[in-house]
Amino acid sequence: MDIVVIGLSHKTASVDVREKLSFPEAKLPDALSCMGRLDAVNENIILSTCNRVETYATVKDADGGIDRIKAFFLDYHGLEGETYLNSLYAYHGREAVRHIFRVAASLDSMVVGEPQILGQLKDAFDHALTNKTTGVVMNRLMKKAISVAKRIRTETKIAESAVSISFAAVELARKIFGDLEGKSVMLAGAGEMAELAAKHLVNNGVKTIMVANRTYERAVELAEEFDGRAVKFEDLASEMVHADILIAATGAPNFILTQKDMARVIKDRKNKPVFLIDIAAIRNLDPEINKIDNVYLYDIDDLESVVSSNIKERQKEADIAEGIIEEEIDTFLTWLGSIDVVPTIVALRDKAEAIRRGEVDKALPRLGGLTEKQIKQVEALTQAIVNKLLHPPLMALKKSAGDPESSGQVEAARALFGLDGPTDGNAEAGPSAAEAEAVKEP
Amino acid sequence: MNRILFGITLFFYFLSAFHYMLYLINQRESIGKVCQITTIAAFGFHTLSLIYQTVSSGHVPITNLRESLVFYAWAIVLIYLILEYMYKIRVMGAFIIPIAFISVIFSLSFPIVESPLPEYFKSAWLGVHTTLAFLADAAFAIAFGVGIMYLIQQRQLKSKHPGAFYRRLPSLDVLDELNYKAVAIGFPLLTLAIVSGSIWANSAWGYYWGWEPKEIWALITWVVYAAYLHARLMSGWRGRKAAYMSIAGFMIVVFTFIGVTLLMPGRHGFK
Repeated sequence: MDIVVIGLSHKTASVDVREKLSFPEAKLPDALSCMGRLDAVNENIILSTCNRVETYATVKDADGGIDRIKAFFLDYHGLEGETYLNSLYAYHGREAVRHIFRVAASLDSMVVGEPQILGQLKDAFDHALTNKTTGVVMNRLMKKAISVAKRIRTETKIAESAVSISFAAVELARKIFGDLEGKSVMLAGAGEMAELAAKHLVNNGVKTIMVANRTYERAVELAEEFDGRAVKFEDLASEMVHADILIAATGAPNFILTQKDMARVIKDRKNKPVFLIDIAAIRNLDPEINKIDNVYLYDIDDLESVVSSNIKERQKEADIAEGIIEEEIDTFLTWLGSIDVVPTIVALRDKAEAIRRGEVDKALPRLGGLTEKQIKQVEALTQAIVNKLLHPPLMALKKSAGDPESSGQVEAARALFGLDGPTDGNAEAGPSAAEAEAVKEP
Repeated sequence: MNRILFGITLFFYFLSAFHYMLYLINQRESIGKVCQITTIAAFGFHTLSLIYQTVSSGHVPITNLRESLVFYAWAIVLIYLILEYMYKIRVMGAFIIPIAFISVIFSLSFPIVESPLPEYFKSAWLGVHTTLAFLADAAFAIAFGVGIMYLIQQRQLKSKHPGAFYRRLPSLDVLDELNYKAVAIGFPLLTLAIVSGSIWANSAWGYYWGWEPKEIWALITWVVYAAYLHARLMSGWRGRKAAYMSIAGFMIVVFTFIGVTLLMPGRHGFK
C-alpha cells in the first residue's frame, strides 16, 4: 500500500491545460467513482480548483498506480498526448504526504499563505466522503492535513502581511490609525483601483465615504454606491479636514493638493494624522507633503515596495512552516507504519493456521481410528511447530511497528510468506474480521 | 531569607528581559507566553521580598538609593502588567521591562546601608509620599518606553520602507494614546506625591516647602508634564512632539531620582 499524488498546478501547466484536465463540481461524483473502480486504486480524493487539479489516492503499488491514474486523467477527459502527460507530476510515500500538507498549508499556492485553498481542500474531502471513495488512511491523512494547515496558520505569520496593493493600503492605515472603525475616507477621482481600495477600507470598518470628482455627477453616482457624500472638487482642500484617509486617483496633470494646502489641513485638524494614498498614473499629490508631521503619503511605488517586502516576509515564515510539515509527516508515517504491520501479522497467523488445519484434516482420516487423546496430541504437535516457527518473524514485525525505518520488514515478510500472491486456495482473500478491527484508528 | 527572595527576583527579571528581547525579534507566541510567565513570577517574588522587608524592618524599604531603585523597578512592572492586561500589547514589554531590569542591576552598585533611621522617617507619611512618587515616576518610565516605540514606528511609516519594526509594533494611534494615558496617570500621582510630601514636611519641621534640590527638581518635572498635558489638550500636540516631550520628561525624572540624590543630597539624600 502506498499514498500517491498525481496532478498539475499553476507551476507545471498553463491555464488552458488546467482547464482541460479539470473536474467541474458537477462531474466530481462520477469522476471519483470511476477512479475508485480502477483495480490499482483503493481510496481517492479529487481536488480541482482554478490553480490546481490533483488526486490523492492510496494504491496497491506506487508505480502501477501512478501510471494507471495518469492514464485515467487523460482518458476521462478524452485527451491524449505528451503535452498533457508531461504537465502531470506524481509523488508517492513521504513526498506525497509532504505535497498534500504543503498544499493544505498554502505553501504551494500562487500567493503563498492565501487562505482559500484550505476550504477547497475541505470541500474536496467532503465530496469524497459523500461518494465513499475514502477509507481509513485517506480520512486520517485529510484530517491531519487540515490540522497541520491550522497549526501553521497559528504558529507562523504566513498569512499576516498584505500581498496586494489595496490590502497593503489597508494594512498601512491600520498601522497609523489602529482601528479603522469610525474613520472617514475621501475618494478623489474615480477608477477601478480607487474603488477597490475604498471597498477594502469599508470592509475594515471605515464608515464615512466622501467622493470628489471633476464631474460632479460622477461623484454623486459613486457616493451613492458607497452610501457616502459627494464633494465639489474645488472644496477638496477644505473638506480634507474631515477625512482621515485620502485616495487620490484623478487624471489631473498637476498636483491636486500642495504642501501648503496640507499644512493648513493638518493645522485645522489639530494634528490628527492623515493617510494619503496617491494611486494616480501621474502623481496627484506633492511628494513634499510627506515632510509634514502627522501626514503619511504613499504613492503607488511606495505601496509596491511594501508589498514586495511583505512577500519576502511570507517567504521567511514559509521556511518555518516547512519545518512544522516535516515534523507532522513523521507522526503521520509512524501511524501509517503501525497500521501496516497489524494486518500483516494477522494475515501471517491466518495463513499458517489455514495450512495447519488443512494438513491435519488431510492426515487424520489416513491415520484412522485415533483415540480422542491421540487426536489432541496431533493438534497440539502441529500447533507447537507452527507457533515456534512463527514466533521470531512475528516478534520482529511487532517490533517494527511505528518505525518508519523498518517498513521494509513488512514487505519482506509479505513476500517471504507469500501473503499477497496467489494463495494455494486455503487462505482467505479478503480482510478478516480481526484485521478490520486492528486497522481502526487508534 | 530576603537575599534568597531577591536573588530569585533578579533571576526572573533577567529571564523576562531576555525573553522580551527574543520576542521582539522572532515574534513567536510561545516566547510571548514565557515573557508573561517570567514577568509575573519576577513580580510575585519581588512583592514577597518587599513585604518581607517591610514587616521585618517596620517601614517600606525605600530609605536608601539601593532600596529605592529596586522599589522603582517594582512600580514600573506593576504599571506595565496592568497596561498589558488592558491593552494586550505584549511587545511593549521589550521597551519597558529592560528599564526595570536596569534599575535593579544599577541598585547593586550601591551599598546596603543599615544605619538607624532619623526620627522623622518613622511616619506613615513615608510610605504614602514615596509610594506615590515612585508610581508617578514609573508611569513616566512607561510613557518614555512607549514614546520610543512611537518614534520608531513613525519613522518606519515615514520612510516608506517599513521593515521589521513596522510589523512588530502596534499602530501609531495606540502608541500615542498609551503615551498620553501614562502621563495622565503619572501627573496626578506626582501632584499627590508633592502635596503629601509637603504635608509630611509640615508635620515634621513646621513648614511646607523647603526649596531643597529634590523639591526644586520635582517641581521642574511637574512643570514639564503639566506643559505636556496642556500642549496636548489645548494645541493638539500629539504624536511625535508628544513622544519627544515624554522622553525629555523622563530624562528629568532620572536626573531628579539619581543625579540629585548623588550630587545634591538634601533631606531626600539618604544620609
